[in-house]
Amino acid sequence: MRDSSPLRQLDRARWRMVLGLTGAMVLVYFGFIALVAYGRPILAIRVFPGLTLGILLGAVVILASWLLTWFYVWWANHHYDPQVDALNRGAE
Amino acid sequence: MIPQVSSAIGRPNTMAMAFFFGFIAITLAITWWAARRTRSTDQFYVAGRTISAGQNGFALAGDYMSAASFLGIAGLVSTTGFDGLIYSTGWLVGWPVVLFLIAEPLRNLGRYTFADVVAMRMRQTPVRIAAALGTLSTVTLYLIAQMVGAGGLIRLMFGFSYEHAIILVGLVMIGYVLFGGMIATTWVQIVKAVLLMTGALLLTLLVLLRFDLSPMRLFAAAAERYGDGVLVPGKLVSNPLDALSLGMALMFGTAGLPHILMRFYTVPDARAARTSVFVATGLIGLFYLLTFVLGFGAMVLVGPEVIQQVDRGGNMAAPLLAELLGGTPFLGFIAAVAFATILAVVAGLTLSGAATLSHDLWVNVIRKGHVGEREQLRVARVATVALGVVAVLLGITFKGQNVAFTVSLAFAIAASANFPALVLAIFWRGYTTAGAVTSMVVGTLATLVLIYLSPTIQIDVLGGDAAWFPLKNPALITMPLSFLAGIIVALLAPDPRAAAAYARVERQMHLGE
Repeated sequence: MRDSSPLRQLDRARWRMVLGLTGAMVLVYFGFIALVAYGRPILAIRVFPGLTLGILLGAVVILASWLLTWFYVWWANHHYDPQVDALNRGAE
Repeated sequence: MIPQVSSAIGRPNTMAMAFFFGFIAITLAITWWAARRTRSTDQFYVAGRTISAGQNGFALAGDYMSAASFLGIAGLVSTTGFDGLIYSTGWLVGWPVVLFLIAEPLRNLGRYTFADVVAMRMRQTPVRIAAALGTLSTVTLYLIAQMVGAGGLIRLMFGFSYEHAIILVGLVMIGYVLFGGMIATTWVQIVKAVLLMTGALLLTLLVLLRFDLSPMRLFAAAAERYGDGVLVPGKLVSNPLDALSLGMALMFGTAGLPHILMRFYTVPDARAARTSVFVATGLIGLFYLLTFVLGFGAMVLVGPEVIQQVDRGGNMAAPLLAELLGGTPFLGFIAAVAFATILAVVAGLTLSGAATLSHDLWVNVIRKGHVGEREQLRVARVATVALGVVAVLLGITFKGQNVAFTVSLAFAIAASANFPALVLAIFWRGYTTAGAVTSMVVGTLATLVLIYLSPTIQIDVLGGDAAWFPLKNPALITMPLSFLAGIIVALLAPDPRAAAAYARVERQMHLGE
């Protein structure tokens, strides 16, 4: 059943977006965990005196979480909400 | 030679008492104010949906960051170095998932509990009972860790007896929830989040002032004193599958925690729910970044030997650091923050458990939805007192037991029972009553059975030599199992009525009511 109603299109667009972002978060975090488990020599590399790649990447995981959440909120505010509003206006 | 510890920890000190009673006085005043605004079930469960996005962001952070994350992670980093940071990141990464998959649909589809969303196009009775099983298991396991932690910490910091501490926490928490409902709980959580962030920021600043405001100097000092090993992964992650499994529980369990999910109903609409997760993720992420500095700061300035001499689990790292850098007054402040932290989490848990007992089981299963407003409210309050008493009894029963694992177990059940059912109910047209019940029951039971057979119980708790199941956390197996079981059962016995009703789910999820 292929339905191209505006609501269904909106649903698909949001579904693609959230699935992609969730996938990105999974990659970032489990990539980090995989490095912790298998990449000890890599994480021991000194980026600066006192700063190993491991600690830097730990902070990067937190920064990536922020960035992905920020990107989603930006997308939802600028692309998703206006379409929801348009559909709600049309329904009235 | 082990240095002699001279610390005010464990001796009642005036400043700690002043902060402690100050916090109780302020929060009870809030409760008194909230009680006059708590007359309907909407107000009791979800603060009349009047909490703003920013307020809810702080309250979510206050609801989520438990004493385990504040004292536990700082302690873990101070005694093991890098390994502790694995937890700092793990506790945050569930929040983007909450935002992407759960927060907005949940707000638009449900009223008080996450079972509202799962049961929406299904038969109420079986789905509500299965959801209550998952919710109550999660809440109970989480409560055990919080109560036992509370008893130990308060005894350590204020010198009360363990039982007195537990009863005090139970009574104050029942007071908040019983009289002030979600309004009081929300504001206790907001106050706690502000106190916790203030304490952590101040402590971080005081640490960094000793290192020319450079975290790298701090890390270098730690490596110089305790070897380069503290800056790289160590023994904690000996089994990669264990790390993966724990990671899954943390990442997807956050999106299935009943007390977190319930908070999304307290805001006026889905947009506010979205913004509130954004705020919460910012706060929680910032806090865990600060634990990098707090942990290594305690390692270098206080020293792991001293920290473990005061408390073998390392939980006193942050309080000891506060005493060293800010004297007894700052120690008193941090001790009060730890106390506030426990109360805010326990109140949120109890409220969500009470909502399941009264809204899911009493109203929708026993009374089939035909219940007056006054009866609902009365049942919710009876459930609150009952859960509060259960929490106190659990705390006393598990005295002296190593219960740290119950938090990760609670996350495993949330990830394996609540999360799959919620995601499938929101996103899959073909989901059915039988499928939903299967997901939740299989997820809960499989998690409980596998944790019983795991090294965590067989070796660490029961003192055996071997465990039948190799992983400490079962989420790696149980979460996919729950998804699969639910999908297979739904495919084998399709329900055309539930599928037809999905059009309404789709519409309401995006457009609101």
